[in-house]
Amino acid sequence: MDQFKTYETAWCPGCGNFAILNSLKKALEELGKSPEEVLMVAGIGQAAKTPQYLSANSFCGLHGRALPAAVAAKIANEELTVIVNSGDGDSYGEGGNHFIHNIRRNVNITHFVHDNQIYGLTKGQASPTTSEGHVTGVQTDGSKNNPLNPVLLALASGAGFVARGFSGDQSQLVHIMKEAILYPGYAFVDIFQPCITFNKINTFSYYKNIVSPLGEDYDPTDKQNAFKISMEVGDKIPTGILYREEKLDFHKKHALLRDGIPLIKQKTKKNVMEHLIKEFI
Amino acid sequence: MYNILIGGAAGQGIDTTVAILEKLLKYSGYYIYTTKDFMSRVRGGHNFAMLRFGMEEITSHSRKLDGIIALNYETINLHKDKLTSQGFILCDSNILKEEEDKRILSIPMVGKAKELGNAKAAGSIAVGAVLKLFHESLDGVHSVLSSVMKKEILDVNVRAIEAGFESVESKYPHLEGKFKDYMLISGNKALGLGAIAGGLKFYSAYPMSPSTGVMEYLASVGNEALVVVEQAEDEIAAVNMALGASYAGARAMTGTSGGGFCLKVEALGFSGIAEIPLVVVDVQRPGPATGLPTRTEQSDLKFAISASQGEFPRMVIALRNQEDAFYQTVRSLQLAEKYQIPVILLSDQYLGDSIASVKPFDVSGITLNGPAEDADGEYLRYRITEDGISKRLIPGVTKHLVSADSDEHDERGWITESAEVRNQMMDKRMRKLDGLMEELLEPELIGEENCHTLLLGWGSTYGPIKEAIGTLNKKKGGFGALVFGDIYPLPKKKLLKYAENRNLIDVEQNATGQLASLIREQTGIICDRSILKYDGRQISGEEIVEEVMKGGLN
Repeated sequence: MDQFKTYETAWCPGCGNFAILNSLKKALEELGKSPEEVLMVAGIGQAAKTPQYLSANSFCGLHGRALPAAVAAKIANEELTVIVNSGDGDSYGEGGNHFIHNIRRNVNITHFVHDNQIYGLTKGQASPTTSEGHVTGVQTDGSKNNPLNPVLLALASGAGFVARGFSGDQSQLVHIMKEAILYPGYAFVDIFQPCITFNKINTFSYYKNIVSPLGEDYDPTDKQNAFKISMEVGDKIPTGILYREEKLDFHKKHALLRDGIPLIKQKTKKNVMEHLIKEFI
Repeated sequence: MYNILIGGAAGQGIDTTVAILEKLLKYSGYYIYTTKDFMSRVRGGHNFAMLRFGMEEITSHSRKLDGIIALNYETINLHKDKLTSQGFILCDSNILKEEEDKRILSIPMVGKAKELGNAKAAGSIAVGAVLKLFHESLDGVHSVLSSVMKKEILDVNVRAIEAGFESVESKYPHLEGKFKDYMLISGNKALGLGAIAGGLKFYSAYPMSPSTGVMEYLASVGNEALVVVEQAEDEIAAVNMALGASYAGARAMTGTSGGGFCLKVEALGFSGIAEIPLVVVDVQRPGPATGLPTRTEQSDLKFAISASQGEFPRMVIALRNQEDAFYQTVRSLQLAEKYQIPVILLSDQYLGDSIASVKPFDVSGITLNGPAEDADGEYLRYRITEDGISKRLIPGVTKHLVSADSDEHDERGWITESAEVRNQMMDKRMRKLDGLMEELLEPELIGEENCHTLLLGWGSTYGPIKEAIGTLNKKKGGFGALVFGDIYPLPKKKLLKYAENRNLIDVEQNATGQLASLIREQTGIICDRSILKYDGRQISGEEIVEEVMKGGLN
């Protein structure tokens, strides 16, 4: 089965985005999804071009605003498989507020953050995940800010599915992506990827040496342990599904949506207007 | 026509007292017009409502009072100079004794309510007294009260009204109105109801005075009306949610006031370029910045017509009264869908919070439009067409793939930087305005067609201007007015027809005369004078008359 087509991209040769795009295509095909049931949503950035390069429905919105549009599309029609692909700038910088609150909202969508720890589209400024001391054209003395720990923030905000992948480990990434898409709630995956043009510190070999896939004996349902694992950002950084928890998603808690009938297919009863008008008489 | 004021501190139950009283007076057949003057605080301060009622249509508040219901001493001090010499001040005997002002009717409201078992029923004692003063009966009390309050407190309030009724003598004759079967509705609720009638499925907003009433109303009936109401984390999220829902096939609207509207403007342009139907409500309040949160102004006009970078077709409709709030909201959702554009509804605190009698809304003529069902052959989301409108399909519902992009794009919706495609797409989008211009609603001419003086206004000053024109024509004659509802694109036919050789006065609730400026820009017509008010309080019909007369026109 090879239903999803990919198109010529505007990414630099060697960009980590290629591997992420291919992994996603593979994950969707292995899950038996068809293009017309998939909605790809993005904000703005290099990663946010992903919906342009995959044959599916696509919504390329405003910088930082992918999540609000994505969750609302899912609320409108839960038959859509809604996937957000965006970068660290879009997801954690411009869209940081939406990140926190959509974890709390827990709508059944999947959020893949292509995290290259730098701004690519605007040519190399510090992103929220850039390491302290990293020198750029703007942070000329090195970034003075603490880098954000996205998986720890997601856990602390109450996310039910938290994972970290690496564009250089495709078999693990495809597995994580499939689990994330299947997860009935907001699923968050931070994906390390090198930016070969603007990040000369967090290179492919840097990530290759630092990532440490979690073993099969790891229990992702242990929240305390997940916190501990998520704080490991030193010489070795764990990858894999860090945490998962079964919880009711937005639709299951919503009086209008819990029965599984998509909102756009619900027909208003005829006498409703008459009744509502009468309430004022 | 009568006019009474009910005042006190925030938290003293003014809202409940007014709600009961207006319903009872409507039950008697009166036409009701209630305006609210609330401070931005939860407890204390000074709040009041003015309830005007009569046997004819009322379109403006008035500052001449027939009665004051004072829940505290401050209310008397602040408002007694607006009370007619024959008027009454109804207050608790602890506040003021009758010897101090011959107009005072003091009754032991709180004491009596306590005696009945609930001090909070003091307001109902006042309601009972007012009914007696105006020679009404107690017929409607039980049915009205049971529609607004819980069973546990129903009995004590009925008894409180009866006790109040017994405590005073009748003072005014009952007037026979025929408005018993009318609706009593605020601008905010009429807007919400109009949205439901217009097929709304999704409403997202962040709470902000004075727009929150729209969200609260929709939330209160959402499960029945099949509308998902989502409180967003901020206004940017709210508008982007509305766009996501709309793209996915759920008719969507978002509402706020000026400050929140500021945060939504980038998304307006996104709606424009991606051609996603969107209705944005701005219930205006005085700015800039936080301004006067609970008060009124019409100062977002020029902002609304130009908000967001770049150029794209949009429509701005100003709501003139409660009826407009309903029907124009229906229309805004239909136009947004038809032209795939953002439509902005401009309301304001005055209209949003005011409650008026309205002829029951007629929904029989509404046929909802919607996106296309499906398309044969190759589907191009942004196909170049003669009228600029491309077939909009809903992702997941059609087998075709549907794209939306905030970048410039080609007919398929793919990013392009081609100069040629850019021009084609800009022209296609702007062409939609040609169709829209054809269905603009011209402003209604109020007063005399052969007037020497023409007042120009927009939105919620409609009612006060209408009352003023009536008064001016009764006094002297020769006055007319055009009050705009559709305001951008600006309908010009009547303006060009009636503005010539007339004294033109724009009446606006802002400091710079934004309508006058828009008219001048679009038509070259220059207003001779402006009546501008920006103190956060709505201009009344009487004030407009005074201001017009000051100009020495009579």
